[in-house]
Amino acid sequence: MNTSVSFLSAAIWIPILAGLFVLAFGSDRNAGVVRTVSLGGALLGFLATLPLYTRFDAASAEMQFVEKMPWIDRFGVEYHLGVDGISVWFVLLTAFITVVVVVAGWKVIEERIAGYMAAFLILSGLMVGVFSALDGLLFYVFFEATLIPMYIIIGIWGGPNRVYAAFKFFLYTLLGSLLTLVAIIYLYLKSGSFSILDWHEVPLTMSEQVAIFFAFLLAFAVKVPMWPVHTWLPDAHVEAPTGGSVVLAAIMLKLGAYGFLRLSLPIVPDASQALAGFMIVLSLVAVVYIGLVALVQTDMKKLVAYSSIAHMGFVTLGFFMFEQLGVQGAIVQMISHGFVSGAMFLCIGVLYDRMHSRRIADYGGVVNTMPKFAALFMLFAMANSGLPATSGFVGEFLVILGAVKFNFWIAAIAATTLIFGAAYSLWMYKRVVFGEIANDEVRGLKDVDAREFWMLSALAAAVLVMGLWPRPFTDVTEASVRALLDHVAISKIAE
Amino acid sequence: MDKLNLVAALPEILLLVAACAVLLVDVFARRGDGGTNIDRLALALLLLPALATIAQLGGPAQSAFNGMYVADGIGHVLKLTSYVAVAATLVYGRRYAADRGMHRGDLYALALFALLGQMIMISAGNLLIVYLGLELMSLSLYALAAMRRDHPVSTEAAIKYFVLGALASGFLLYGMSMIYGGTGTLDLDRIAQAMSGRTPANATVIVFGVVFIVAGLAFKFGAVPFHMWVPDVYQGTPTVATLLIAGAPKIATFAIAFRMLAEALPAVAVDWQQMLLVLSVLSMAVGNLVAIAQDNLKRMLAYSTIAQIGFVLLGMLSGVVGGSTEGMADAWSASMFYVVSYVLTTLGTFGVVLLIARAGHESERIDDLKGLSRRSPGLAFTMLILMFSLAGIPPTVGFYAKLAVLQSVVDAGMVWLAVVAVLLSLVGAFYYLRIVKTVYFDEPTDTAAIAPAADARTLMAVNGAAVLLLGLVPGPLMTLCLGAVKQSFGL
Repeated sequence: MNTSVSFLSAAIWIPILAGLFVLAFGSDRNAGVVRTVSLGGALLGFLATLPLYTRFDAASAEMQFVEKMPWIDRFGVEYHLGVDGISVWFVLLTAFITVVVVVAGWKVIEERIAGYMAAFLILSGLMVGVFSALDGLLFYVFFEATLIPMYIIIGIWGGPNRVYAAFKFFLYTLLGSLLTLVAIIYLYLKSGSFSILDWHEVPLTMSEQVAIFFAFLLAFAVKVPMWPVHTWLPDAHVEAPTGGSVVLAAIMLKLGAYGFLRLSLPIVPDASQALAGFMIVLSLVAVVYIGLVALVQTDMKKLVAYSSIAHMGFVTLGFFMFEQLGVQGAIVQMISHGFVSGAMFLCIGVLYDRMHSRRIADYGGVVNTMPKFAALFMLFAMANSGLPATSGFVGEFLVILGAVKFNFWIAAIAATTLIFGAAYSLWMYKRVVFGEIANDEVRGLKDVDAREFWMLSALAAAVLVMGLWPRPFTDVTEASVRALLDHVAISKIAE
Repeated sequence: MDKLNLVAALPEILLLVAACAVLLVDVFARRGDGGTNIDRLALALLLLPALATIAQLGGPAQSAFNGMYVADGIGHVLKLTSYVAVAATLVYGRRYAADRGMHRGDLYALALFALLGQMIMISAGNLLIVYLGLELMSLSLYALAAMRRDHPVSTEAAIKYFVLGALASGFLLYGMSMIYGGTGTLDLDRIAQAMSGRTPANATVIVFGVVFIVAGLAFKFGAVPFHMWVPDVYQGTPTVATLLIAGAPKIATFAIAFRMLAEALPAVAVDWQQMLLVLSVLSMAVGNLVAIAQDNLKRMLAYSTIAQIGFVLLGMLSGVVGGSTEGMADAWSASMFYVVSYVLTTLGTFGVVLLIARAGHESERIDDLKGLSRRSPGLAFTMLILMFSLAGIPPTVGFYAKLAVLQSVVDAGMVWLAVVAVLLSLVGAFYYLRIVKTVYFDEPTDTAAIAPAADARTLMAVNGAAVLLLGLVPGPLMTLCLGAVKQSFGL
């Protein structure tokens, strides 16, 4: 299916151009214009992604909306974009979250507003680029370039320890991805092309595959993040401004998980199969151990950060069982987590804007002064713990279903997430929202205003729709996941 | 073919005339309070050789003076980069020089003579011409480094530069004499012929010669362990002279390395490859690690240069293993792309140092950059792009330079070396990030207005945009470099 309109390019470049425009002409003096232009850019970018879903052919596992033109002749690099059932929802999710983030920063950010909006818009375009790149170098360029705006976002608008968090974030992720660069170059020399689709076909020996697998693993595991390379995430989340946390949790973490699906599994299938046990163990550690760590946090943002790691452990678990349901469930879980974790951070942001504290102990009885907020927050906390009828349930259920087919005990350990998830989410919710009004500051709280209400309601709608009617998500991913698993099942080791 | 063929050397002839004109005009010009416009004259005259080179671009390789001089694709590209480097330095440095009583004809005449030396190096077809160009460049640069003769640090740096530079020239000359002894000729192409096919009887002499030549080149590049002069000279000399030392000379040194190692001495490639390997890894390690400890911006940039040069050497050495000329062309063109992009980035970084300096204040400490994003958002954003380019983060030109070099390293089968290189560049990312942090995350401590002249400000914007745009569309420049190197190898 070849469309004449370049929807993917539009989804990448509209936000980036809007961001550059805002950066060039915006300042704190014309903040109103900056906000309007930014929102316009984000909305236009989101509108550009809608046809990707409406015109998507779910029956096909082929790449769709393909755009291809030469980029760097010397290496045969192409500007090659396309989406399949695995990536298409992430493009929409990214554009959607960007709109939410622009709205979230509407009033809160008063200083250097142009830079703030520009950073998020540019970041949005770059992340769409990662999800739609079909050229290995293009993928890497987008993947790496996302570090720059996020570094700036944490460093300028972050909390008191922001410099440390920004450096840790940048250097940790860079360490992971630099070895991937070497692997990418090796694959180029081996296959004579930078096309990811060509790499899917290139035969590799087992030792090559294992080396490449670990090179990719380092980059993607840091990004996901998987235990034990997760330590940058709590710092980054705690220090980042609300918008930064939202984008980080909702989308940036998915870049790593997506990398597993697009690069690791299909390019080095034999190594992936051989090392699946190792990956499953790491994932289970994340689910169980990090779930327990989340339980004892006193800082709300840290708690949600750890819960993100646990949820992402579920995602990687789903990938490496090579079960249709498991992989599909993991993808659904990623999208759901995008909505839910984004919403959780927004809720914490709403509280933080009023009280300037993230400590759970400073709150209590918020429901008395902020009933509307409490209701929405409740929904997200439920979704975070995987309650049926919310989006959080669908993914976790599918992954556990896949796990039962694969190995009962793995499924049993994985299912503890339902307990831990409920424990840390709902216990936090209880301590913050219910009970006696803890202090005078809580007594003086004002409920959400219209902007906050609609921003959270949009996410709440997404969470509910996805929980009640997950077919659009499972249908779209089905064919592509099946093709992927069929591909992974065939050995690439050359005789 | 005309043996003399003066037309091929037209850019050099025009530049010589231009430099002499600047000298003469300066003698007769009235020095008012506001200084003269002698720099504008130098810039305008610089257009002449630039146009001559552009006219030659794309044509076949020519030689002149019985093969002593060659004008080929690689020469044209490198010369154009050198013009840009010197011209940009003059624009960025005008106010800086004026504030420090250096805005005189000799600054500009010396800059042009140094450029002339670089062009002669770039176009040399004979070892003696290499040396001639090198000395013309070096002597001009020594004088430039010493321009603030009432300034003790500056004088110390100049003496250090002179003594060590003379030593390096001596090394080079000694190596050349051994090559001459071993092959009986000074012409680069005849040296290659003399050594092709059979093992010469006096191979030991030639290998010794190569050792001295590589040592001399390493001195000029500032590669570890021949780097001692770099931080002191960068820090001590007035910034406008620093930029003249840090920019174009690296291009010229790359050119003579290409002429001597790749064109004349490919037969002993295995020998110089090992030396370059050691130099390269040491440079990346020492440069990146020591740069972290610096609090003087110019000194940090000096160590950063050392580390970047390590990457250039990495490209140069990696084309040899397979023995194919094709692989060699790939590798050297990667290095060439690296040098060009490095010079472009360095112009910007030192340019920022020049622009934020003011009378009586050098602004060369890293802390002087604090809160630059509030004092001058444009300069700050340029600095951001430049730092990420030096760190090799896409989408800036620095990333593709690293990519191209790493590609040839992996192609040469040295995956371990590529891994070492990327890990050391991770170390490097730290101090580049620290500059971005200082510029963007810190509050300003200095509130003096930064108001660079309109032309300098415009050029800085163009410079930053070029680093970014070459990152978005690196293809044409890469192809240009590859084509030029291939032409030299006769591919």
